[in-house]
Amino acid sequence: MNKKIRVLIAKPGLDGHDRGAKVVASGLRDAGMEVIYLGLRLTPEQIAEAALQEDVDVVGLACLSGAHMSLFPRTVELVRQRDNDILVIGGGIIPKKDIPALKKAGIAEVFGPGTTLDEIAEFIKKALEKNADDNQD
Amino acid sequence: MAQMKRSEELTERKKEFRTTVGGTVVKRVYLSSDLAGLKEEDTGLPGEYPFTRHIMPTGYRGRLWTMRQYAGFGTVEETNERYKFLYRQGQTGFSVAFQLPTQEGYDSDHPLAAGEVGKCGVAVDSLQDMEQLWEGIPLGQVSTSMTINATAPILLAMYIACAEKQGIDRSKLEGTVQNDILKEYIARNTYIFGPAASMRLVTDVCAYCAREMPKWNSISISGYHMREAGATADQEAGFTLANGIAYVKAMLDKGMQVDSFAPRFSFFFAAYTNVLEEVAKYRALRRMWARIMKERFGAQNPKSLMLRYHVQTDGFTLTRQQPLNNTVRVALQALAAVLGGCQSLHTNSFDEALALPGETAVQVALRTQQIIAYESGVADTVDPLGGSYFVETLTNQIESAASKYIAEIDKMGGALKAIEQGYIQKEIARSAYEYQKAVDSGGQVVVGVNKFATHDEEETETLEIGAEVEQKQIKRLKALKHSRDNQKVKEVLARVRDVASGNENIMPALVEAAKVYATVGEISDALRSVFGEYREPNIL
Repeated sequence: MNKKIRVLIAKPGLDGHDRGAKVVASGLRDAGMEVIYLGLRLTPEQIAEAALQEDVDVVGLACLSGAHMSLFPRTVELVRQRDNDILVIGGGIIPKKDIPALKKAGIAEVFGPGTTLDEIAEFIKKALEKNADDNQD
Repeated sequence: MAQMKRSEELTERKKEFRTTVGGTVVKRVYLSSDLAGLKEEDTGLPGEYPFTRHIMPTGYRGRLWTMRQYAGFGTVEETNERYKFLYRQGQTGFSVAFQLPTQEGYDSDHPLAAGEVGKCGVAVDSLQDMEQLWEGIPLGQVSTSMTINATAPILLAMYIACAEKQGIDRSKLEGTVQNDILKEYIARNTYIFGPAASMRLVTDVCAYCAREMPKWNSISISGYHMREAGATADQEAGFTLANGIAYVKAMLDKGMQVDSFAPRFSFFFAAYTNVLEEVAKYRALRRMWARIMKERFGAQNPKSLMLRYHVQTDGFTLTRQQPLNNTVRVALQALAAVLGGCQSLHTNSFDEALALPGETAVQVALRTQQIIAYESGVADTVDPLGGSYFVETLTNQIESAASKYIAEIDKMGGALKAIEQGYIQKEIARSAYEYQKAVDSGGQVVVGVNKFATHDEEETETLEIGAEVEQKQIKRLKALKHSRDNQKVKEVLARVRDVASGNENIMPALVEAAKVYATVGEISDALRSVFGEYREPNIL
């Protein structure tokens, strides 16, 4: 891929734990991606709007307050209404039993504590390559 | 042959040993010569200036630390039940976790509260909820810590009104409001208003408590959240005391005498797993604060010089993988807190990297403290590590590193300026990133994660807050707004706006507002209309 991958990192809801989101933003930047860190206390509407404005390939959501089950699916839904190709991934304190429902709602992968920055960067690259291949078919 | 053996004996596992990522280099062995510069007056006796060894002459031989578990979830009824459970288990103080909407000034029916109601803490929208939260618990006989910052004046007002309903005067109340807005801008992020307005509210609370609530800690100046956000031990110490200095200055600017308020200032720090670094950190902090208060601010009351603090074990160090290992981490961290001389302690539950803690995990966490208190023997002599070549050296090193940060912030014009420039936030973000890279590269071992990993991945039983909590809370709020005297609510909110626009202390108006059941959201909106709202600067 010639074009730099563009990633939006954002925290939906009222949760203020932003260590992980900031570390991931720095890590993906060092992995050669263009990262827009949107910050915290955002509504799903604001995040979807920014994703469109910034023309990103990936949206990364982080939530540690337990509100992920309402915030993540709502954000994916709003993103999809505008652009079907954007990859949406999530992270934070997410109980394992919630992950299948989140994936069904369109969250491509959930990265919990203990994930390495490489794992996230690799996942994004592979998923976007696959998207591109699928679109060519 | 002898030569070979010798060099083998001298081979070490690593090129360099450090306490933690970004921490101090640790030597192979420490000798009496390392302490050559240490003077008698740097350590002194427990209970004596500069309090390096402990603030009390008897340490824990007089009284153990307060075992204070932070708890709050779902509706007030559920939390009230958990409090009663903890009380029966021998807990000696309460610590309220409020839901995020309450912390950020939104009622439970606000669009931004969707999905957050009852999640990170208990839902309190009005005095009605506060009354049910403490149902059956006499507020004159307990001590209560409330983790509340931007809305601290409002929740304190509700607590005062609640006690009054129980027939207890505010002067009898014991406890703490966190009320530390500076670290919210740096790390915890539950701010509402801009720095100037927030500092006015913080100092209003401190001034009101100094006058009306002699047993209440008016602020808990917190390093914990900065540490959780990635700060090193040195940074935690330096940045927290820099914030403390800013609060003292703001109180002096208000015309208060230092000894009238400083005795009710308290602190809150983290405990990481590197036991000795943490012990040294607490010892350095006590000495530094005593000297700052005496030398910079001329405080004379010994209570103004004493760094009294709460400790929480570090949530960030808990792993999702092999979660039972976390009980060991928590035990080591709690041991550090006790060896360091904390006044109160919260031990985390082993399941907190997975979800909100379940009841078994909460009980083990409390038992950990009880085992340290009653079985380990470490509480039986004061400052048991005092005099250790290594711990004393580390104490000096942390003091010196933290002092450098304070000097740097002084140069910028104080903590408020350093925050506005994003300096503290950037320093912490850099440390957090360095730490992650060290873990990813294997340089920093995390057992069960990047070493000794297994594929078990079994999920333990955790606590789940159902969606019905939100519906229930919204229904309760609707009913309240229907049944209260809305004309009175309108009047008190107008009064809150008036006082906010002037210089009068905000607290009396907020107590009146609480009493007529004005909600957290309504009162916050009244303040927003005067103060406006803050947006964080982008530091990345």
